[in-house]
Amino acid sequence: MTDQAQLLPGTLDLLILRAVSLGPLHGYGILLRIGQISDNALLIEQGALYPGLFRLVRQGLLKASWGTSENNRRAKFYELTVAGRKRLREETASWNRLAGAIAAALSHQPEEV
Amino acid sequence: MKIIDWIRFRMDTLFRREHVYAEMEEELRSHIEHRADDLERSGIARAEAERRARIEFGGREKYKEEIHQAAGGNFIATTLKDVQFSIRVLRKAPGFTIAAVLTLALAIGANTVVFAVLNALILRPLNVPNADSLYTIEHGGYKDESFSYPDYLDLRDRNKSFDGLTAYILAPVGLDTGRNPTQVWSYEVTGNYFDAMMVQPYLGRFFHLADEHGPNSAPYLVISYAYWHSHFQDDRSVVGRVVQVNKHPFTILGVAPPEFRGTLLFFSPDLWVPMVDQEQVQGLKVLDDRGKQNIYMVLGHVKAGVTPAQAIADLNSVGAYLERTYPKTDAYMFFSLARPSLVGDMLGPPVKGFMTGMMLLAGLILLAACANLGGLFAARAADRSREIALRLALGSSRRRILRGVFTEAILISLVGGALGLLGSVALLRELSVWRPVPAFPIFVPVNPDAKVYLVALFLALASGFLFGAVPVRQILRTNPYEVVKAGATGIIKGHTGRRITVRDVLLVVQIALCAVLVTSSLVAVRGLVRSMHSNFGFDPRNAMLVDTTLSMAGYSGDRVPAMQRRMIDALKTIPGVDTVGLVSQIPLGGGGSSSDVFTDQTTDLRTSNAAANSSRFEISPEYFHAAATTLLQGRAFRWDDDKNAPRVAVVNQLFARRVFGSVENAIGRSFKMEDGTRIQVVGITEDGKYYQLTEDPKPAMFLPFLQTSSSLTCLVVRSNRDPVQLAGAIRKAMLDLDPGLPVNIQTWTQGLDIALFAPLVATVSLGVLGGMGGMLAITGIFGMAAYSVSKRLRELGIRIALGAQRREVLRAALGRPIKLLALGSGAGLFLGLLAAKVLAYIVYTATPRDPLVLGGVVLVMLLLGLLATWIPAQRALDVDPQILLREE
Repeated sequence: MTDQAQLLPGTLDLLILRAVSLGPLHGYGILLRIGQISDNALLIEQGALYPGLFRLVRQGLLKASWGTSENNRRAKFYELTVAGRKRLREETASWNRLAGAIAAALSHQPEEV
Repeated sequence: MKIIDWIRFRMDTLFRREHVYAEMEEELRSHIEHRADDLERSGIARAEAERRARIEFGGREKYKEEIHQAAGGNFIATTLKDVQFSIRVLRKAPGFTIAAVLTLALAIGANTVVFAVLNALILRPLNVPNADSLYTIEHGGYKDESFSYPDYLDLRDRNKSFDGLTAYILAPVGLDTGRNPTQVWSYEVTGNYFDAMMVQPYLGRFFHLADEHGPNSAPYLVISYAYWHSHFQDDRSVVGRVVQVNKHPFTILGVAPPEFRGTLLFFSPDLWVPMVDQEQVQGLKVLDDRGKQNIYMVLGHVKAGVTPAQAIADLNSVGAYLERTYPKTDAYMFFSLARPSLVGDMLGPPVKGFMTGMMLLAGLILLAACANLGGLFAARAADRSREIALRLALGSSRRRILRGVFTEAILISLVGGALGLLGSVALLRELSVWRPVPAFPIFVPVNPDAKVYLVALFLALASGFLFGAVPVRQILRTNPYEVVKAGATGIIKGHTGRRITVRDVLLVVQIALCAVLVTSSLVAVRGLVRSMHSNFGFDPRNAMLVDTTLSMAGYSGDRVPAMQRRMIDALKTIPGVDTVGLVSQIPLGGGGSSSDVFTDQTTDLRTSNAAANSSRFEISPEYFHAAATTLLQGRAFRWDDDKNAPRVAVVNQLFARRVFGSVENAIGRSFKMEDGTRIQVVGITEDGKYYQLTEDPKPAMFLPFLQTSSSLTCLVVRSNRDPVQLAGAIRKAMLDLDPGLPVNIQTWTQGLDIALFAPLVATVSLGVLGGMGGMLAITGIFGMAAYSVSKRLRELGIRIALGAQRREVLRAALGRPIKLLALGSGAGLFLGLLAAKVLAYIVYTATPRDPLVLGGVVLVMLLLGLLATWIPAQRALDVDPQILLREE
């Protein structure tokens, strides 16, 4: 637990979109998927996921429908809408630019300045 | 589009609320079960797995709240829930709720009434089309609206800036519609009046400029809707009917529309007659006299595209022409424009000043009420700190709790505002039909309009937020762990331990405001009482006034003084009558006339050379005796001071000083009137009040009625018994003399109503506001004292158990409220005395430097304090330590 990173504000939405882009998932499934694709490096309190989900549905980036899970339980499944897919592309690109710029800035050696 | 979507979305979430809740519940449960499934698979027992899953999930209520926000935070639903909750909470504290609602109802009611009056008198224009461009012309120098008819005609015909200038005179006339003749009030207007005002008749037609063909050529009249309704019972056949105006036949042309009540706000005429008929209507013939400024007001619409400044420049060029052409009569002919509804700058500034002052005081009342309620809210928040702490601990956000507090505050303020509005609307309705001075058609048309309702709503909401904001800091600082740990008593310690709390400050402010109100109302009341007993230059007690205008019954020329003499003689024979004096217009009776007078040496008798502008009264020999006016030197008139004798006058001291330099050598000297007549002074009287109670001393002269007669007649009947008993005999005597003469009989004290009207209104309104201030002070102190006693009951119990005396208990319990009371009263008294200086403009002799007022304020505040702390003090003394200590 100790070497898990706190999420930057605003990045949870991006992670949710990314997790759901690989196929429809229910809430707990999204949490597991994020853990899996990030090698459990990120700390997310479980309940914190849901405000994000409802916000994305409201923004029209996700759509939700009830179905049956692999555990044979009723669950609400989320998948990307067209707008959601577009947003994921944009956000990913802009995140990469930002991350690249910050990484470059941090890796400069003093004599190079 | 966006707004509609938003609303649809909100409504949608509102109506699908239950469904959404259920779905959210199920989704979260499903999450926890999935997690529990995983944990179970790792070898944990199901029950334990579920428990761990719930813990891992985190604060479920908190997330639910956040989900709500994220899902579009159904604002309406949350508000509805808040309101429901608030109503439940308030119901549990009925005493608090009722006190708060009533306090606000009073404060908002007072503000609504004051604003409605302000709105009606100052903000709302006259009810004529294009009222924005309607102006009255004032003499620039001395802010007076009167003009002579020839000057008016020149102004009307030579200006290029007005769409028709019209003029009018206020005149009482005797109207005989076939039954008994009565006195009614008319506007004598120029022929273009209705056209210039752009009003359309309700019935029949109006008269126009084309109807006038010289003096007495237009025997027409237009009656007001109110008069038509009350005296002709809405009879549509009145159009074309011939009635007698001062014994002359006039034809009723039409009825004015109900919303048009003349061009003065206060003064609504019963009828309109053409000014060219002045001789028949007023018994005067001065329309051709450029020196007689007989017209009350000249007004008109400024043409579109012309600025007021351009119009003034235009009028001034006409004025310059008039000064050049008529140097004898026309001086100082430069002008300014003002609003006609309050007689321009004559009534405008005082009314505005007074109403602004009242609005300010009413605002203070509301502030005091808010301070009061703020204190109550803070006390409640302190009482509820455990509940609040519990809610915070259970995951409620501070924002949500604040929302609840504000919902309560707004709820109270809206209910209080609605109640206050209801009360004030009822009061305003009464005010609108009130006729404060029966002898004059004076109204205060103050019916509320949309603006008034909006202001009331705004005030209610604003005060709700204001007092709702008081406990905010307290709630934001609440630390749930501390509170729950400490228990009820602990927090209270924390609060009373602080030197000065917000509530203390609020209470001091509130008491200071109330003391300001109490002080100013006492100053006003005292001023009014004093002005009723001050020296007017006559004695209104034990005297009746018999008012009439002889021209109303067709008297003119020499028949006027003859009839007046018969009236005096007839009244003198009534048993119980001491003396009967005649005066053309009674001082302080709402009317009056004045003339320019010149020193004997002046040969160029133009206005600018006048030694003084003096009030003038035509009187009979016994007037001074009847009025109890002191003659200081010389003699009163004799019956042989008539047309055949040299012209004489009695003047007051100020007149003597102004015209002759001193009182001592005035007797026997002469002065000149504007027509060159020389008049010799034979007597000096004391100075008096002639138009208003608050006026500066004015020069006045008294002329024998046998030398300069006036058809205006007021008989002062002085008696040694209760004069009211004479009324019947007086009426009978007048009827015997001439049954066709309308007379108005009243006591002289009643006759002063018009002069006392303004101070009376001021005093009553200040008194009401002062009373409200007092009530607020009581509730404020009571709330504070009761709260501090109830919080310290245990401590007091211990003190009593340890043998404290009654005095010590009281000091412990009530020391603080009383200290605050003294502090607030002191500050308020000081501020109130400052404010009282302003009052002196309205209420004659109102002075703050009056030991009675000072003592009165201190006494009132003491009484209020005593009253307010009585019950809490009793409670503190009745503390039974045994019961109290056992309770814990």
